[in-house]
Amino acid sequence: MAKFKTPLIDELEKGPWPSFVSDIKRQAKTKPELEDLLGQLELSYKDKETHWKHGGIVGVFGYGGGVIGRYSDMPKEFPGIAHFHTVRVNQTGGFYYNTKYLGQLMDMWERRGSGLTNFHGSTGDMVLLGTQTDQLEEIFWELTHDMNTDLGGSGGNLRTPSCCLGMSRCEYACIDSQAICQEMTMAYQDELHRPAFPYKFKIKVSGCPNDCVAAIARSDCAIIGTWKDNIRIDQSTVAAYVNGELKPNAGAHAGRDWGKFDIVKEVINLCPTKCMSWDGKELKINNKECTRCMHCINVMPRALRPGVDKGATLLCGAKAPILEGQRLATVIVPFIKTEGTFEEIKEVINKLLDWWMEHGKNRERIGELIGRMGMREMLKATGLPPVPQMVKEPRSNPYIFWEESDVPGGWTRDLAAFRKKHPL
Amino acid sequence: MGYDPKNPMKDRITDIGPRSYEEFMPPVIKKNFGKWLYHEILEPGVLMHKAESGDEVYTVRVGAARLMSIELIRDALKIADKHCDGCLRWTTRNNIEFMVDNKSKLEPLKADLKANPMFPIGGTGAGVTNIVHTQGWVHCHTPAIDASGIVKSVMDDLFKHFQSMDLPAQVRIALACCLNMCGAVHCSDIAILGFHRKPPFVQHEVISQICELPLAIAACPTGAIKPATVDGKKSVSVNGERCMFCGNCYTMCPAMPLMDAEGDCVVIMMGGKISNRISAPKFSKVVIPALPSNPPRWPEVVAAVRNILETYAKNANKYERIGEWAERIGWERVFEKCNIPFNVKTIDDYTLAYNTLRTTTQFKFS
Ligand code: HEM
Ligand code: HEM
Ligand code: HEM
Ligand code: HEM
Ligand code: SF4
Ligand code: SF4
Ligand code: SF4
Ligand code: SF4
Repeated sequence: MAKFKTPLIDELEKGPWPSFVSDIKRQAKTKPELEDLLGQLELSYKDKETHWKHGGIVGVFGYGGGVIGRYSDMPKEFPGIAHFHTVRVNQTGGFYYNTKYLGQLMDMWERRGSGLTNFHGSTGDMVLLGTQTDQLEEIFWELTHDMNTDLGGSGGNLRTPSCCLGMSRCEYACIDSQAICQEMTMAYQDELHRPAFPYKFKIKVSGCPNDCVAAIARSDCAIIGTWKDNIRIDQSTVAAYVNGELKPNAGAHAGRDWGKFDIVKEVINLCPTKCMSWDGKELKINNKECTRCMHCINVMPRALRPGVDKGATLLCGAKAPILEGQRLATVIVPFIKTEGTFEEIKEVINKLLDWWMEHGKNRERIGELIGRMGMREMLKATGLPPVPQMVKEPRSNPYIFWEESDVPGGWTRDLAAFRKKHPL
Repeated sequence: MGYDPKNPMKDRITDIGPRSYEEFMPPVIKKNFGKWLYHEILEPGVLMHKAESGDEVYTVRVGAARLMSIELIRDALKIADKHCDGCLRWTTRNNIEFMVDNKSKLEPLKADLKANPMFPIGGTGAGVTNIVHTQGWVHCHTPAIDASGIVKSVMDDLFKHFQSMDLPAQVRIALACCLNMCGAVHCSDIAILGFHRKPPFVQHEVISQICELPLAIAACPTGAIKPATVDGKKSVSVNGERCMFCGNCYTMCPAMPLMDAEGDCVVIMMGGKISNRISAPKFSKVVIPALPSNPPRWPEVVAAVRNILETYAKNANKYERIGEWAERIGWERVFEKCNIPFNVKTIDDYTLAYNTLRTTTQFKFS
């Protein structure tokens, strides 16, 4: 027998999409605190208001993040969820797991938590929802000792970096997004666990400009794979697409009859730089003008491949609108090699962090700091060379903040000499 | 052994970071790492990747509510044990992927997945894939709306498009339950956003005991909160006209709640994208400033999302994302075609407003 009647959320057991309500109900048979969760959720559906409180600070000793305090505002009615804290556990690059590891984690969460999770939270971490303060150190002990893993980030610190699955199963990957992500996570453990930043900082790595982890929209430092040389073309396979032997876009449009594949209409004319041509026999690309948007490669993955001189573009400063308006990340290094332990990338990140920690106001993301102080100051601090790839277009106002050192003779002038020429 | 509360620092391990993905990749993935040639979508939800070595890996993608119980995850693990050498992965949009290294293993895997309605196969190509979303009433203190329940309602309605690839291009939907936008809905084809519309009220009699007033005042991004003395007690006052309903004050100070069943609403945005394909990444734009939030099935929200999706599906060119379609035909046409009334609240008046105003005499008449 269910502890509470839940007619409203029961409606969410209908329909073809997997029902979280049915799922929680089943779990509640062995984890009775979830009965209280369902009861409180039903109440929220009735009240149209949340019943969670912003908690006090909870965590594990020595870490400034990774655990989020959460308390019910009706602990008498729903005692099982009076304390219902979140534990963020580091995900793996590309979200690969085996059943042994996840089985272990599930068993731990059955003993020490509610049995409810998010796979995954928006930042990337595995999110374990619902435990009590006295369990936190025990959980941390088991994570580190028995499962060889660690907590993720929250608050004013680095968030667990995340990446697309990259080279592990994607032919488009120009960089080893997983290796870069793992290396950044390991290199910045202190920054991840002990908040010392003005606000959050996110690093995300996508293997190519398709950007499957949304690095350009969600990360303070986006690392996106790209190439410098020529798109590799297999002309006979291009012909196979043109003849209809192969389905365009790997079959992604198979659910509708879009008519016969037309390479001119679907590829040549949609190329944003108009750098391609097709004479009926040969596909030509003026690679120097290609901006590597991926469209032609996405449409004909068996015929076209990115070049072989591969590396990454670094972009900086994405964030959601709050407070100074939304930003996409903007280019700061057009091309950087990604080899070894990625020292070149770390060097740039370190300089960005130093500048931001020195000048960032409380709760100011690095993108907003660039907005406030200008690219000029960021470039001066990091030593990155200004290049046209950083802008869509040059400035349209001439209100340049010249510095004294820029101007011949500096700013000190000889008043007497001036007045001799220009009497008052 | 184990954690000893009397001696917390004994044998403590810290800063070891995550397990490496290398431990967990299926053998065929590991063997062909970085050596993939191409992929094909064999049917909705089923991918085949071909490696230079000639090896193939078959992937079956299934949808899942992001909010999952350990029992359900164990169900997934059982399937991975039976068919996939104990390996599985999640996608960035909360789908689960099961991989096998031989075509002969594909049908038995699919059969076991099809037997469990919690694992619907789909989410590939030019269709609707899983919605990324945030916590909502299930686990957050600032939401204006629920997350999981709206996602469930919208996905039920669009389920056909999850299992068919019949749209002009992929459609990415995201939901965030307050304007903090933990889920980064600001670059999605269609975004569903919860919004408070009443400024916080102030519980004067207790505020000075449970909150640090200077912190609450400083938390407000628009400077709407000022110190005040009410009935001889130290408190604050809120200038409602300056409030942007962000909830920062409530995050700082529980004596300033702003959630309100009547005021809280749903904003619908459209036309954002992430990928650099053809056109540059773009922000989502507000097209419906407020819809009522009606649990348990949010019919107005479901209908609005469906309307945008179907109008786009009918009118856009192949490969065109919602935002690209909107830019080609012009936003004035989008409002007309989707039959959405234009509202003064869809004209930006926030920080970067000028960028969105029309600075040319070129436009279309409605
Ligand atoms: C004042 C502003 C904000 C407040 C008060 C806030 C509060 C919260 C809280 C309390 C959670 C935890 C929810 C839970 O697990 O119970 C959370 C999660 C999160 N927040 Fe925010 N947030 C704010 C702004 C942002 C912004 C601007 C972003 C991103 C641009 C963001 C990204 C995230 C992410 C990625 C998560 C994990 C969410 C998930 O996976 O469900 N937050 N936030
Ligand atoms: C100006 C004051 C504050 C602001 C602007 C603020 C903002 C935020 C934001 C943006 C998040 C989401 C972080 C994330 O994405 O992980 C968050 C989460 C959180 N805040 Fe606050 N907060 C403030 C004060 C406090 C205070 C005073 C406490 C505790 C006494 C607190 C406890 C938490 C906790 C436990 C979380 C967990 C969510 C998380 O980190 O994932 N916050 N807060
Ligand atoms: C001392 C400074 C400036 C001088 C001497 C100057 C001079 C001129 C002249 C001679 C014209 C052409 C008028 C015509 O078509 O007959 C013009 C046009 C214009 N000026 Fe300036 N200008 C100055 C500053 C500015 C500034 C600061 C702005 C805006 C920020 C501005 C905006 C314009 C515009 C919009 C036009 C019309 C241009 C067009 O037809 O496209 N001017 N200006
Ligand atoms: C205290 C400030 C300013 C003073 C005293 C001033 C004074 C003058 C004067 C005396 C003229 C010549 C008018 C004539 O003889 O036809 C002039 C022209 C002009 N000023 Fe200013 N000005 C000032 C600020 C500005 C500013 C801020 C702008 C632009 C943003 C501006 C743009 C122009 C333009 C475009 C012209 C016309 C140039 C032309 O004849 O083609 N002025 N101003
Ligand atoms: S971002 Fe590029 S490399 Fe990474 S998974 Fe997506 S398409 Fe593949
Ligand atoms: S990648 Fe994009 S810009 Fe380059 S040739 Fe292909 S379609 Fe044109
Ligand atoms: S979007 Fe807002 S309400 Fe939703 S989880 Fe994030 S902070 Fe909480
Ligand atoms: S909700 Fe935000 S804008 Fe409004 S008073 Fe509170 S902090 Fe200020």
